[in-house]
Amino acid sequence: MNARRPALLALEDGTVFEGVACGVDGEAAGEIVFNTSMAGYQEVFTDPSYAGQIVTMTMPHIGNYGVNAADMESRGVFAAGFVMRRCSETASNWRAEMTLREFFERFSVVAAEGIDTRRLTKHVREAGAMRSVLSTVDLDPASLVEKARSSPGLIGRDLVAEVAVRERFTWGAEVPPDCELPVDTGVVPVRPKHRVVAFDSGIKWNILRRLTEAGCEVIVVPPTTSAEEALALEPDGVFFANGPGDPAAVTYLYGTLREILGRVPVFGICLGHQMLSLALGCSTYKLKYGHRGGNQPVKNLLTGRVEITSQNHGFCVDFGSIGRLLPEESGGLVLDPNDLGAWVRAGVAPVVASERFGRVQLTHVNLNDMTVEGVRALDQRAFSVQYHPEAAPGPHDAQYLFGSFVRLMEGETDVFAMPGGVGKEA
Amino acid sequence: MPRRDDIHKILLIGSGPIVIGQACEFDYSGAQACKVLREDGYEVVLVNSNPATIMTDPEFADRTYVEPITPAFVEQVIARERPDALLPTLGGQTGLNCAVALAEAGVLDRYGVELIGAKVEVIKKGEDRRLFAEAMARIGLETPRSGYAYSLADAEEIVASIGFPVVVRPSFTLGGAGGGIAYNVDELRDIVTHGLALSPIGEVLIEESILGWKEFEMEVMRDRNDNCVIVCSIENFDAMGVHTGDSITVAPAQTLTDREYQQMRDASIAIMREIGVETGGSNVQFAINPADGRMVVIEMNPRVSRSSALASKATGFPIAKFAAKLAVGYTLDEIPNDITKKTPACFEPSIDYTVVKVPRFAFEKFPGTDTTLTTRMKSVGEVMAIGRTFPEALGKAFRSLENGRMGLGADGKDAFDEERFDRYLVAPNEKRPLYMAEALRRGRSVEEVAALTHVDPWFVEQMAEAVRYEALLRGRALDEVSAEALREAKRYGLSDAQIAHLTGSTEAVVRARRETLDVKPTFKAVDTCAAEFAAETPYYYKTYEDEDESAPSSRRKIVILGAGPNRIGQGIEFDYCCVHAAYALSEMGFETIMVNCNPETVSTDYDTSDKLYFEPLTFEDVMDICERERPEGVLVTFGGQTPLKLAHALEDAGVPILGTKPEAIDLAEDRKRFAAVLDELGIAYPPAGTATTLDEALEVAHRIGYPLLVRPSYVLGGRGMVIAYSDEYLRRYIEEATAVSPDHPVLLDRFLEGAIEVDVDAVCDGESVYIGGVMEHIEEAGIHSGDSACCIPPFSLGTETVERIKAHARALALRLGVVGLMNVQFAVKDEQVYVLEVNPRASRTVPFVSKATGVPLAKVAARVMAGQRLAEMGLPPEDRELGRFCVKEAVMPFGRFPGTDSVLGPEMKSTGEVMGVAEDFPSAYAKSQLAIDYSLPDGGTAFISVCDRDKRAIVPVARHLHQLGFRILSTSGTARALKAAGVPVEVVLKVHEGRPNVVDAIKNGEISLVINTPFGRETRSDGYHIRTAAVQHGVTNITTLQAAQAVVQAIEAMKAGRLSVIALQDMYGDGALR
Repeated sequence: MNARRPALLALEDGTVFEGVACGVDGEAAGEIVFNTSMAGYQEVFTDPSYAGQIVTMTMPHIGNYGVNAADMESRGVFAAGFVMRRCSETASNWRAEMTLREFFERFSVVAAEGIDTRRLTKHVREAGAMRSVLSTVDLDPASLVEKARSSPGLIGRDLVAEVAVRERFTWGAEVPPDCELPVDTGVVPVRPKHRVVAFDSGIKWNILRRLTEAGCEVIVVPPTTSAEEALALEPDGVFFANGPGDPAAVTYLYGTLREILGRVPVFGICLGHQMLSLALGCSTYKLKYGHRGGNQPVKNLLTGRVEITSQNHGFCVDFGSIGRLLPEESGGLVLDPNDLGAWVRAGVAPVVASERFGRVQLTHVNLNDMTVEGVRALDQRAFSVQYHPEAAPGPHDAQYLFGSFVRLMEGETDVFAMPGGVGKEA
Repeated sequence: MPRRDDIHKILLIGSGPIVIGQACEFDYSGAQACKVLREDGYEVVLVNSNPATIMTDPEFADRTYVEPITPAFVEQVIARERPDALLPTLGGQTGLNCAVALAEAGVLDRYGVELIGAKVEVIKKGEDRRLFAEAMARIGLETPRSGYAYSLADAEEIVASIGFPVVVRPSFTLGGAGGGIAYNVDELRDIVTHGLALSPIGEVLIEESILGWKEFEMEVMRDRNDNCVIVCSIENFDAMGVHTGDSITVAPAQTLTDREYQQMRDASIAIMREIGVETGGSNVQFAINPADGRMVVIEMNPRVSRSSALASKATGFPIAKFAAKLAVGYTLDEIPNDITKKTPACFEPSIDYTVVKVPRFAFEKFPGTDTTLTTRMKSVGEVMAIGRTFPEALGKAFRSLENGRMGLGADGKDAFDEERFDRYLVAPNEKRPLYMAEALRRGRSVEEVAALTHVDPWFVEQMAEAVRYEALLRGRALDEVSAEALREAKRYGLSDAQIAHLTGSTEAVVRARRETLDVKPTFKAVDTCAAEFAAETPYYYKTYEDEDESAPSSRRKIVILGAGPNRIGQGIEFDYCCVHAAYALSEMGFETIMVNCNPETVSTDYDTSDKLYFEPLTFEDVMDICERERPEGVLVTFGGQTPLKLAHALEDAGVPILGTKPEAIDLAEDRKRFAAVLDELGIAYPPAGTATTLDEALEVAHRIGYPLLVRPSYVLGGRGMVIAYSDEYLRRYIEEATAVSPDHPVLLDRFLEGAIEVDVDAVCDGESVYIGGVMEHIEEAGIHSGDSACCIPPFSLGTETVERIKAHARALALRLGVVGLMNVQFAVKDEQVYVLEVNPRASRTVPFVSKATGVPLAKVAARVMAGQRLAEMGLPPEDRELGRFCVKEAVMPFGRFPGTDSVLGPEMKSTGEVMGVAEDFPSAYAKSQLAIDYSLPDGGTAFISVCDRDKRAIVPVARHLHQLGFRILSTSGTARALKAAGVPVEVVLKVHEGRPNVVDAIKNGEISLVINTPFGRETRSDGYHIRTAAVQHGVTNITTLQAAQAVVQAIEAMKAGRLSVIALQDMYGDGALR
């Protein structure tokens, strides 16, 4: 066994957790969050949306099957640090190329094991997400708590620039910039049916794999690309990606989206969903401790069916803030547009009026806490979901949405039916 | 979509007696279903032949039929009750098979009964391997390459294309019975021949071997809106080739990347849809080639299963409960999560701990049988352990097994077969994990151990880490071990006893040292969601972390210690008693706290008690809970031997023991002191003696006289017990079978040959005694009481004898100071009543007595132990006329252990029991036989061969059979006796007399009934071959004279059409139940 190197995690409220280092020596500050996925730690660790955060894994054994190039979700690690109960010394899987410990070394990640992650998770659940510092160099609790208190936090912070590409590239045809490991692009179509421009705000590679597998050529562009530059590429649709930080701080991106809206079909995931919603005129707010895991139930109000989804978000869209309810478009019901539970019980997808963009429909709701998971702009050929239909890690239940985007680009309107044929769009 | 209003009355079919492959997990699932359907306002009709189940408690269903689970009896129930629907997916394979038979016979159509949960086509598609393989091909999933054989020639042809080794699986047999792996032509012939005979349609599947592949299970649920969730993934520690019921399994899966896991998840859901399971739970099994990740589907079960019970306990997600709700029309998003109360059931549990299930075997009971683990299930029970990490849970599981071990070796009890060490690693067997740990201790590499065992290197590495930690402690003095090191040792799952062994200390000192260093355990909640939401349901496990969540209340509380894993001698009956204790104490206003480690049971349902600790039943683990909870009392007398053996240590540690004091239990067990009590009370008992050497034993034998009942001093379920008829036999027993020493004396009792055995269960409150039931055994004394059939009320004993028995029981209970339950075994010979033994605790027969009489004895006892008086309870008079006979019969597992003798003796071998109820004894006995074998011969040829002792008494039996139309076949000796009495008989050769002989006749299906009584020890004799052939070929096989007499009466009752059905609710009249 390696020599035990102590590690300390300090939260801004003064709570301190003792553990043992399993990554490189160093110190990292970030918002403390937890993820409840039981498989797919590598995809979590390489998801750029975690920039500025220290991620606790609730699954006690992490690293069991090692790490491989094909499961990378980006070129590296953007989270500030990781916390777990036990980090495997070895890797056991036919695809394993290195152990998790080697991976942490290679990408210079600060990580700690041996921590009572359940206590930490409960603490975050009760006290809410907060600033924290993970250190293997400064082991003075008081000093670390002070550092946590003086760290920047996430509210109002734009982290997109730190994680996004700076140059445009075409997925599958060109190697993404700054990649050390070989990239698994998925099956790239020889003769793509559609061209999609994807704004990179920290895009997960499985979104790109899913889009190309759906028959699209995908051009990834930096987030600062203007609407005119993007449209000059003659896309059939524009995609807005997931990404880190406070959505309200990324004003330029939803500004761009607003300019694109109505000109070509738009699909957004996670931060992209927040961008669409902000563009439509709603506000966003921060959840107490977010949704991070692979088991979140989401009801598709148009089909009545429940999807088990992969999620990673700390901010949420306020549907009622978009505009007034249109009862005639909402099954004739006059219910509070903010009371999502009432709409779920009624089995109706309510429609509100956006000042600039017409009718906006609530399409998906999280059944755990009845928060917004998806909207569509009925008059603008645009829709978005808060969760991750590309999974990686997580269930594939919502993969149909990539097909929905393709059908939207093909001029269809009835695009939300799930495969299996049970649910029928209203 | 709300519940269905077009159905009102629902029929549930249980799984019948506990057998290998089908245990009390179906009581757990069935009881949940009954509860939830009734809560929803449905009327529930239940059929289950097993009286030891909670589900057959009369308050669990509106109409409860303890009747054989055969289409004929269930049809009678349907005709009488006219249910609207039949829910077949909660009663295991037995319930499912019966439902299919009823549907195919047109019974369901005739009475307008709708199958809900699973349609017949769905069941067939899931179970028929050919239809299943075709279905998988349609959705692009691979199954192992295979072919169907209907003859040996077919099988050989298929193997020619696939190559050895191959897996042989007979179609439609329970728990894979009759299957196996063939490595060569000889084995192929054996297994195929046997498999073809066992398969009801004479079909076996010959399949490409995927031995050594990784095995996984997925528990899936689907509702009628096509919402699908995976409740739990399970990874088998043992590679493919070991039946999943015999494998160590781990939840959640540990070595799958998300890509592989999601591929399996997608496949599971696609399979649900393709097979057409509209609502409910299913289990899907997969194999993955560790070399390249190739995934094949092994099978799916379109019903709740042993694995779904495990998954429910492992996650807190009650699959059976929800399956019942889905069957009546609810959807997953309409059902709230029981544990969080706030979030819906339509989600996938995330768990932040590791669950390990380890099977419990009982090979010591079946000498001569092959102990290698194969695709055919052999375990009799299982334990589950929860820890934060795999090594912690594995250690806890191995100390939960109730086999005297305190962990995965390193407990001072390690003993290895050095010559065959590596064979124990290579061939799967019960001891393999201990050999693996030892191999690692001896410095062999993880790679080597993984290669030899095909266990995934990650699991081996985890074992190696724990072993490396042992090495850090080994040989160090305890007071040199730091708090940090001690805590780390506990985090690796090492027990105090193991640490004591490693540091040359004692368990008590280790505990004290932990106390001093403040190395204390913490309790964490099982909450389905990895702490994402607050849990409302208190379900806990122990680990060593920073934060404790157990939050003890200030209420008056009682801890109930469960029974641990099912094994022979300790089965569902004790769990039944513990559950009743929880119910009764809760009704009295106590907070009830259950401690148990058996995932199959109702007691480990988090609904059963106010608080559940899923923990091993060792002193260390129980004491940790008591220190945390500070209960008013601990109930140790309901869970059988497991908790009883902790009584002293707990009492010494200051824990209040409820009811009968441990001292009274000692008094009953200490033969000398107990004999003095009997003398004082003027109660007779068989002369007895104790010996610590062979010479002493012979001296005692000569003083008391043969025959003698001989046994080691500490026995469970009659282990190692024999009847000796001679010096020679006694000498051989003592020399071969036991390690006699001053510490381990041998007990010798006069064996009362031909005596009638009687069991009594009673409750005493210290002042008065209530006799729950007097049970007359069918088999004579000398057959373990757990293996013999018995009847309430006595069918042949005189009133005066029964009164004397009751008086003795009363006197004993008061004299011993029993507060709670007591069981007394009597033998009656020549009008004389002898006491054989007294057990001041819950007995195996308590549930049967309760069902037969309508008085819930365990509840009564629990109330008494908590301070209530019998006089306050308004119990019905003991001497009331019951107006019916209830027969309990034991179910034997011999079919699972080829090679072992099926003869009954003082050592218990049965796994479960059934009850038959009727207005006369023969009809009740007939029902009990039908409940086990699902048929009784009504004609054909009866083969009779009895020992000399029985030759006179067999004559009326044979004459009766002849009158019933049977042809009688006998070996020469018995034939002579029958001829002399004028019974028509034909002679058949004994095995050693030449061919064709009786075994040939059995194998050729010419015999429908075998009556063969053994004498003394005649292993591998004629009798052995006859009985073994009968067991193999499913021929009704009687080994005692008394059973033969009863069976003949039963056949007569059956042929006369006297077997009707009766609901428990009608049986008790204005009676005793509340």
